[in-house]
Amino acid sequence: MKRLNKHPKTTMSFDDKIYFGGVNIVLFIIFILVLYPVVYIVSSSFSSATAVMTGKVVLWPVDFSLEGYKAVMRYDKVFIGFRNTVFYTVVGTSFNIMLTMIGAYPLARKGLPGKGILMFIFSFTMIFTGGMIPTYMLVRSLGIMNTPLAMILPGALSVYNLIIARTFIQNSIPNELLEAAQLDGCNDFKYFFKIVLPLSKAIIAVLVLFYAVGHWNQYFKAFLYLRDPDIQPLQIVLRDILIANTTDPSMLGGSDADAEALEGLSNLLRYSLIVISSAPIICVYPFIQKYFDKGIMIGSLKG
Amino acid sequence: MTHGKVSMKNRFLKYWQLYVFLIIPVLYIIIFAYIPMGGLQIAFKDFTGLKGIWGSDWVGLKHFKTFLNSYQFKRVFMNTIGLSFYQLIAGFPIPIILALGLNSVRSEKYKKLVQTVTYMPHFISVIVLVGIINTLFNPITGLYGTISELLFGVQPADIFGNPGAFKHLYVWSGIWQNCGWSSIIYIAALSSVDKELHEAAKVDGANRFQRVIHIDFQAIIPTAIILLIMNTGKIMTIGFEKVFLMQNSLNLSSSEIISTYVYKVGLVTGGGDFSYATAIGLFNSVINLILIILVNKISKKVSNTSLW
Repeated sequence: MKRLNKHPKTTMSFDDKIYFGGVNIVLFIIFILVLYPVVYIVSSSFSSATAVMTGKVVLWPVDFSLEGYKAVMRYDKVFIGFRNTVFYTVVGTSFNIMLTMIGAYPLARKGLPGKGILMFIFSFTMIFTGGMIPTYMLVRSLGIMNTPLAMILPGALSVYNLIIARTFIQNSIPNELLEAAQLDGCNDFKYFFKIVLPLSKAIIAVLVLFYAVGHWNQYFKAFLYLRDPDIQPLQIVLRDILIANTTDPSMLGGSDADAEALEGLSNLLRYSLIVISSAPIICVYPFIQKYFDKGIMIGSLKG
Repeated sequence: MTHGKVSMKNRFLKYWQLYVFLIIPVLYIIIFAYIPMGGLQIAFKDFTGLKGIWGSDWVGLKHFKTFLNSYQFKRVFMNTIGLSFYQLIAGFPIPIILALGLNSVRSEKYKKLVQTVTYMPHFISVIVLVGIINTLFNPITGLYGTISELLFGVQPADIFGNPGAFKHLYVWSGIWQNCGWSSIIYIAALSSVDKELHEAAKVDGANRFQRVIHIDFQAIIPTAIILLIMNTGKIMTIGFEKVFLMQNSLNLSSSEIISTYVYKVGLVTGGGDFSYATAIGLFNSVINLILIILVNKISKKVSNTSLW
């Protein structure tokens, strides 16, 4: 079998050759179309402001420079936003995992009375929600407006993730384990912490990734619920610079730079910011890709 | 009867610890999902802060009627549906093509490379995505301007001010961001195809292309149908955030959709009309719910595949 696979060309018909040729061309086109904008942005971020402005950057960095990154480092708001985002991501994700796992475990247990009703209560929220305004009113009346809690509490439990975790526990932790533990006098709390959680490491890793990416990229809640700049996450700072197009000249180069240089620099700052804010996820991504795949596949199982 | 009651009580007692686990998640979901659903009642009331959600006066379908008769209705409604359908039709086949292609690539390294690169953009935030669009398509400083100048010798017109360009930018940037990610589920479905089927078809003289059509493609149809139902069910809830971020005063005629309109009516315009905005949002959700039930029914009849 192995030998055959190693020399498939000898068995290829003319039709097959056309097919593989076509597939390779299509894949290559998609590959380039996805990759090119990324390469362009990274290259631009390492080029000089003038090279970017005059359209000299096509593929590789032109007049290699770190101006853009230096400008980012000088920009205090970016630092504050970064710090807040890290906080929301760590605290928020921990809370997410706790809620998800303590909800998923009982629902994975055989014979729990009322399980059907409970599942319905959870799943129904996936197809019908109160929507933007009633949720806003709830946050307001809970008194967590303009506090870090507004970033963590609304949406702290994703029912989709709950179902993924439940399916995982159901399929991968054998019931015999529970029976043996019960014979040894182990109660449910002990069983959950000593056996279920350690055996669920794989799915917890997946959930951490899903939730953490969500927190890292979260902007909408901050936009609706936070006013105070000191507690705003990085995405809000990014929005001001990347989309609303407002950069603070005093943070860029001070008063000694002329208007044109400032404009070039603020343009360059955008490229560098895009790279810096996405780098943490993009860099670890190849190492954790298989966990994401796993998460999607477990999620696609009907349970 | 008494016997049944006792055993029921015993069963609950036996599992009491599991219910303890569930207290926090259930309370959570009640507070953060069901209380806002209860808040939907203000769509049928004239909400005033003084009287509160429960105390405000009922006005029936007044707000719904106002919305349906407003000059905004047709535009906002058509934009929502138009953008969604465009996204669905353009975005649905590409992950399937990508998955079928990746499945027949024989070099593991090449497959891995294409996969890794195509689903990287999925992890970029919506802000950064819109930032990238703005930066690349800037007619003066961006790649778009550079290329146009190279090809035609002129600087292009501002694409962000062109209402006709909005939907293309929106849909194709979405495909760019998500085609790789969406293909994972199809790749999973393809990995379960029995190799012997291919061998047998080969013996019967089927070429590679025929085998892809008759074996691989058949294998992903159920997955594709489920996803199609789910996506159709989302027709009305096209992403608020990205549309909102891509909006400007010049492209508003094609970029104002129901959810951005709800935001403006409810939370921006002079303190906001909560009742009216909630009514518009509810109108949207109800159509959505009807759609998903309808598509599910049709699919059950036609192909025996359904969500529930």
